[in-house]
Order: sequence, then structure tokens, then C-alpha cells
Amino acid sequence: MTDYTPALVGSVTKYVVVESFDVTPADLAARAYEISQGAMIKETCFGLVINGQAEEVDRIVAELRSVDPDHIFIKDRGFPPGDTRRCRANLGGARPGFHGMEYEMTVIPYVSHGLEVLRENDETSIPAPENPLARKALDISRLRKIIETEES
Amino acid sequence: MAKVFIYPSTSLILSDMVARYGHTPLSSATAIRERIQTAGFESTPLQITPEEPKKGLKWAAVEVPSGVRGRMALYGPMIEQCEAAIIIDDADLAFGCMGCARTNELITFLVRQKDIPKLDLYYPKNEEEGVKFVAAIKRFLTGLGGGK
Repeated sequence: MTDYTPALVGSVTKYVVVESFDVTPADLAARAYEISQGAMIKETCFGLVINGQAEEVDRIVAELRSVDPDHIFIKDRGFPPGDTRRCRANLGGARPGFHGMEYEMTVIPYVSHGLEVLRENDETSIPAPENPLARKALDISRLRKIIETEES
Repeated sequence: MAKVFIYPSTSLILSDMVARYGHTPLSSATAIRERIQTAGFESTPLQITPEEPKKGLKWAAVEVPSGVRGRMALYGPMIEQCEAAIIIDDADLAFGCMGCARTNELITFLVRQKDIPKLDLYYPKNEEEGVKFVAAIKRFLTGLGGGK
């Protein structure tokens, strides 16, 4: 085993994902470069990856979110931008973790719509969604009927 | 500001929602960051060393595959320190091999055993469900109190 010396210790990395008709990743990148004070910013197809000290990254992402709050989504990332263990430039194919994000990008328009609606409505006036725990499992008698139907 | 465990723990939407309403999301990214920023022996890509399955013994028995125990070394501490949890059931992205699938089952089991506020949801499939989804999360997180 070889020794491992970590890079960028103590830094924080965050994804800024943009799903907007009005704002592009390039717009956000320009804004982020304007206000950045030493953070590393990488523009990607879906938004930005920002690395730096926690306070600095939080300040930048808070400012970027205000550009289009209902269509900009932020999450933590473990690896810094361009890390050879994760970057697709080194691995080829999609970055591990991209497929999860790709799936959620299909859902995000509904979430954005929800955020827009909640700007004008109180959340207490909106009915609760379906509770997964309330969904009943297949009844045993129903299962028996299905088996008997299949067998006959 | 409460520490909220999210499942799927890589979820962009849940991570964003929790932070948006002033709480701290406990996601896999923070656990991975902790490992890749700690010096030790080289163990690419995630710096999961042979020590991890040993740590995982706290949450899974020794006969449980090491893949599950190694993963539990990441998620177990987060489940222990969480003060609330949001779980998305039947998430399409939360599938995988034996290690991932069994770890996911163990994670949801351990979270459900814990006496903390929990919110169970499905991903929205249309705009109407999207409104209910966001409203339910906002209600839940506001109810936790102490949001920033």
C-alpha cells in the first residue's frame, strides 16, 4: 500500500445545478467569477462545481441561488472539481453519480413548479402527498386467487 | 438547525430542500469528503480502506457481506447523529448490486427504528404532485424549528 496525501484539505465542494429557461451555466459562471474571492469554479453542462473554504462557498452559492431561486439547486460534493478519481476526462463515460443526477433532472421541473406555487400560497393549505407507508401490501387472499387463476 | 438524514443520500433535490429551509442535510457527499481529505493509505477511488468494514460491525453482523459493512461505516454515523429524516420510497436511482441494495434496506430500517421525526414521500410524477411534494417537505422542515 502506498501513502495517501490528500489535497485541498478543509475545503468544501458544492454543485450548483441550473434548470432554468432564463439562466444558463455560463451566466452563473460569469456571476460566480465576479463575486469569488479565491474559490475554484468549474463550469459544467448542468451548472457549476465550486470549491473553497466553507464560508466563501456558502456566500457564493447563496448569491447564485438568488439569481433564480426556484430553478437553481445546490448540493454537497465529496470530491473537488477535476479530481482524477471522479472526472470523466480521466475515466471516460459518464461521471459516477451523474446517472442519479440525470434521473433527478427529470423530476426537478415539478419541484421548481412546486417552489413557484409556494411563493404565492401557504404550505398549510396544500394537501399532503400520498404516504408510501399507507400503501397496503398485496393481500394474502388476493395472492391465492391470482395463483389459482394462473394454475387453472 | 437540525441535522436531517436524507435518503437517497445522494439526492440533489432533498439535499437542496433541507439546506433551503435552513437545516443541515446529512448526505453521502459529506461522508466521502471526510475520507478523501484524511491522510492514510491509498485506496482509490473512495478511500474506503479495510478498516471500514470493521467499523461497520457496529451496525451489521459479521456474517453480513463486507460491502454492506463498508457502506455502513459511511452511513451509520450519520444515522446516529441525525435529528430528523426524509425518505423517498421506491426511488429509481436507489438501486444497485447486493451491497448497495442490502445497505439501502438496512439504512431505511435503522432510520425507521429511530425515534425522530420522519417524512416518507414518493418522487413527484407531475406538477400537481410537485406542489404537494415541496409543501410536505416545507411543512416538515418548518415543524422541526430552529431553521436558519
